Amino acid sequence: MQGFSTLFYKEILRFWKVSFQTVAAPVLTAVLYLLIFSHVLESHVEAYPGVRYTAFLIPGLAMMSMLQNAFANTSSSLIQSKITGNIVYILLPPLSHLEFFLAYVLAAVVRGLVVGSGVLAVTMWLAWPEFKYPLWILAFALLGSSVMAILGLIAGIWAEKFDQLAAFQNFIIVPLTFLSGVFYSIHSLPAFWLGVSHLNPVFYMIDGFRYGFFGASDVSPWLSLAVVSGTVVVLAAFTLQLLRTGYKLKH
Amino acid sequence: MSVAIRFSAVKKRFGELEALKGIDLEVREGEFFALLGPNGAGKTTLISVLGGLTQADSGTAEVLGSDVQRDYRAARRKVGIVPQELTFDPFFTVRETLQFQSGYFGLRRNHAWIDELLEQLGLASKADANMRALSGGMKRRVMVAQALVHKPPVIVLDEPTAGVDVALRQTLWAFIQRLNGEGHTIVLTTHYLEEAETLCNRIAMLKQGELVALDDKAALMASHSARVLSLRLFPDVLPAALQPLLVSQEGGAYQLKLDDCGTLEGMLATLREAGVAVQDMEILKPDLESVFLDVMGRKRG
Repeated sequence: MQGFSTLFYKEILRFWKVSFQTVAAPVLTAVLYLLIFSHVLESHVEAYPGVRYTAFLIPGLAMMSMLQNAFANTSSSLIQSKITGNIVYILLPPLSHLEFFLAYVLAAVVRGLVVGSGVLAVTMWLAWPEFKYPLWILAFALLGSSVMAILGLIAGIWAEKFDQLAAFQNFIIVPLTFLSGVFYSIHSLPAFWLGVSHLNPVFYMIDGFRYGFFGASDVSPWLSLAVVSGTVVVLAAFTLQLLRTGYKLKH
Repeated sequence: MSVAIRFSAVKKRFGELEALKGIDLEVREGEFFALLGPNGAGKTTLISVLGGLTQADSGTAEVLGSDVQRDYRAARRKVGIVPQELTFDPFFTVRETLQFQSGYFGLRRNHAWIDELLEQLGLASKADANMRALSGGMKRRVMVAQALVHKPPVIVLDEPTAGVDVALRQTLWAFIQRLNGEGHTIVLTTHYLEEAETLCNRIAMLKQGELVALDDKAALMASHSARVLSLRLFPDVLPAALQPLLVSQEGGAYQLKLDDCGTLEGMLATLREAGVAVQDMEILKPDLESVFLDVMGRKRG
């Protein structure tokens, strides 16, 4: 699996070389959200009993940063390679579809985790969230980043112009991540929107992730685990098939 | 001698355009092979099929016996392709680029060969420079190195010397010839026909997706004996009798078709009778360029 490890390493080096843009910037953004929203809403909102709003917000922001950055890593890498043309150097070697898939996805998961850790590392000084069930935290961090990494791979394969990728990102990914309970607990939503939220896979990622911190969630963590794992499997199968047919990568 | 590359009835269509209309072609092991043709003939498409970048609509392609679709991992290991377009990854240095390529091909510790490639291709001083900082010629050298990191038995170069200066072209070809001497099969496409003429022993010509010529270089040159008689005359008038033989006029000299040297005497006699003196005379041997133009011109697609 030398091909896999090389491509994996290269993808990590790629984002690490510009870590200001790929890690530091998202961490700063998350911190800014935290400072502003907690200042505005701290005394007005109590999402979970006994939990400060600022503390409540932190896991949601960490997860949102992880998800958006995992998506960005695969999608931007692929679209840039396609448009500049250097994707040939990945397509000419004897890499299997699985090696290709795993290298891109896992590198994006690493990026997600690095950003998530960065957000937590900085924000926990502002409001200490509990870390009740670290394994749940890790599980959802990995699974959530994987879903977004795979979606990023699909988007990167499909998009032919930066514009199309931006559309995918801004009209699908960003709304999904924002409207998933990052800034609020969904039980405060009216019935219709509550129902809609339950259709958003990102909701389950954030809910389960937050359970790992506070031991409180809107739905059972096991349900969330099932939904998110199922999403990973379905997306992975779809993407591997996409790679097998050479859709948009091979003419 | 075994077959290095085999194309069988390869067809490829891009929407309305039939890029390849059923190509049957074999390149033998150890050959230095030229694939020639005008722009849009299908050379790059054919090479893309070989490398797995494009999937043929029908037909098969093999590298040293491995089918490029069914047995793609083995096939790709056996071939190194230098693409036509100048592309590179702007995030990495030259050495990193070559190390990654080695890794993709399953070679973990390839430092010795990478160092030799850098040396042979004149890249040693730029090994740790970012790809963006290189000139076009240097980028192209890196592209050649990338195709060679896994020492493939079959090497395909798609217009490797386009826009490259003379000194670099010499260096490049010296290195490729050395590899050919060591047993590597070389296939090249180029618009510089002098290169093909000098380097290659067998030549194929592609026009609008069809193979219009395929032969040993010597045989091809002999079968299209486009010998030309170049005359500078005084007075500068070509007698009417010789007008049908006129191929072109270049810099004050008349280029006449000379199929058979036996007709030379008759032509000179015609000139003498017309009172025209020959100031300068040259017999130009056929070169690949004239053969190429002849082949392309005859097969009006």
